Amino acid sequence: MYSLRDKYAIAGIGYTDFSKKSGRTVRSLASEACLKAIDDSGLKVADIDGFVSFNFNDSVPAISVATEIGVPAARYANDFLSGGNAANMIVLTAAAVIEAGLAETVLCYRAMNGRSGFRLGGGRDLSAHGITQFTAPFGWITYPQAMAMWCRRHMIEYGTTADQLGELAVTFRSNAVNNTRAMQRDPITMDDYRNSRMIVDPFRMLDICLETDGACAVLVTSAERARDLKRKPVYISGGAYGGGPNQGEDLFDAIRWPDQSHNYAKYIADDLWRSAGMGPSDIDIAQIYDCFTYSVIMQLEGLGFCKEGEGGPFVQGGRITRDGALPLNTHGGLLSEGYIHGLNHVIEAVQQLRGDAGPRQIADVETCLTTAGAMTCGSAMVLRN
Amino acid sequence: MTYNKPLPAENVETKPFWDACRQGKLTLQRCTNCGHHRFPPTYFCSKCNSAEHEWIESKGLGRVFSWIVVRHPVPRDVYAADVPYVVALIALDEGVRIPSNIVGIEPEKVTAGMRVRVTFRQVTPEITLPLFEPVPEQQ
Repeated sequence: MYSLRDKYAIAGIGYTDFSKKSGRTVRSLASEACLKAIDDSGLKVADIDGFVSFNFNDSVPAISVATEIGVPAARYANDFLSGGNAANMIVLTAAAVIEAGLAETVLCYRAMNGRSGFRLGGGRDLSAHGITQFTAPFGWITYPQAMAMWCRRHMIEYGTTADQLGELAVTFRSNAVNNTRAMQRDPITMDDYRNSRMIVDPFRMLDICLETDGACAVLVTSAERARDLKRKPVYISGGAYGGGPNQGEDLFDAIRWPDQSHNYAKYIADDLWRSAGMGPSDIDIAQIYDCFTYSVIMQLEGLGFCKEGEGGPFVQGGRITRDGALPLNTHGGLLSEGYIHGLNHVIEAVQQLRGDAGPRQIADVETCLTTAGAMTCGSAMVLRN
Repeated sequence: MTYNKPLPAENVETKPFWDACRQGKLTLQRCTNCGHHRFPPTYFCSKCNSAEHEWIESKGLGRVFSWIVVRHPVPRDVYAADVPYVVALIALDEGVRIPSNIVGIEPEKVTAGMRVRVTFRQVTPEITLPLFEPVPEQQ
């Protein structure tokens, strides 16, 4: 279990424009986000001595960023080959790396030309090697197709409805209206959702997140040091990474997963809450990994915000809106802000906890949950100010 | 016309499965140490870690555990003529799940728990795919 409660903090954040076509190299996007995070913290490039990032063979290794921005002596670099499940795990890893003395000031980043370059949602290798030989030959190829299979299970088991999915899409879009970073800012109605084109039943276009070009970075250092820096520290109170049995041979594969009506969240909930010394009722707002609408429902259930099977009704009736009891994805989420593979959730959490979210600011935010991952494995953090 | 869809690239662990499909048989690994059925093929049994196993022929009967209806073809040029098509996870009676297509039924009529049976479709001289079709409930 993560045992470093409030000992490490996020002291700086940085992000590029989010777009469909950056016209830039992924390396330059990574470097820009990292430089902005350093500047935000008040530190200098020369203070950086560690990096943790993740990629899907679509980004650049940390040493290339360190080289471009002129880090004199990186003492630690870790490039996870991973999906969005790692977006919180890299931050926890940064804290662990500092605790171990391997580095003192660690940049965590995710950079991608996710729309104009390699498109995660658009398709995969059609060669059908390895575990893919049992999926792709049947036309089961893309991540929307993968996750739709999970969603159907929940509908079968619990009667979850299209309108409950739509509630998430409509709510997150309404949050994006006031977010200048967001890729999609035009409000949508439930009828817009219902009329949205069916891509892979049960998923419509508006159930699926926005492939995005861009980068995000967060700077992690000790809480003690962060208190002397430019910005109000955001403390990493707790966190967890993991999943259950049979997490599969790759991120697509869930053939042997116990049941697609629940995901990784239920398996990390105990570690997460115990590490933070908190429970769901202590959380003011949450940024829940929403590569698809449905993934939010499994995580709310798995982490104990409601009982298993009750996630659909839970998101209805205004509870998750910015005026509700548990505002979710206050930036618009991956569905409306953009898909920087979940690290943009951490950016929004930090802005909300600093009181820096401008027209999006939720009043009196003291704790924010962030999650990362949708299927068999994932990570989550409890952040506080 | 050349078959342009993904073809399984068999390896040393999966070759017996695809060889059997070519002969119209759906086969699974059975651990000879603990009796556990497993799919997809692996070298070690995840229950007892034994590498000893035999290939057994499945009865080819199961139920629809979950399914999707693909309406937007990806890649478009490969699947445009096939949509809508059904991909399902089928829970075989032997206790394992297998992904496949449900054929011989309108996509809108597929239901949870529907009884299905394997049917084979040769797509190239080397590759035969195990697909599934509805059968009466008593089978």
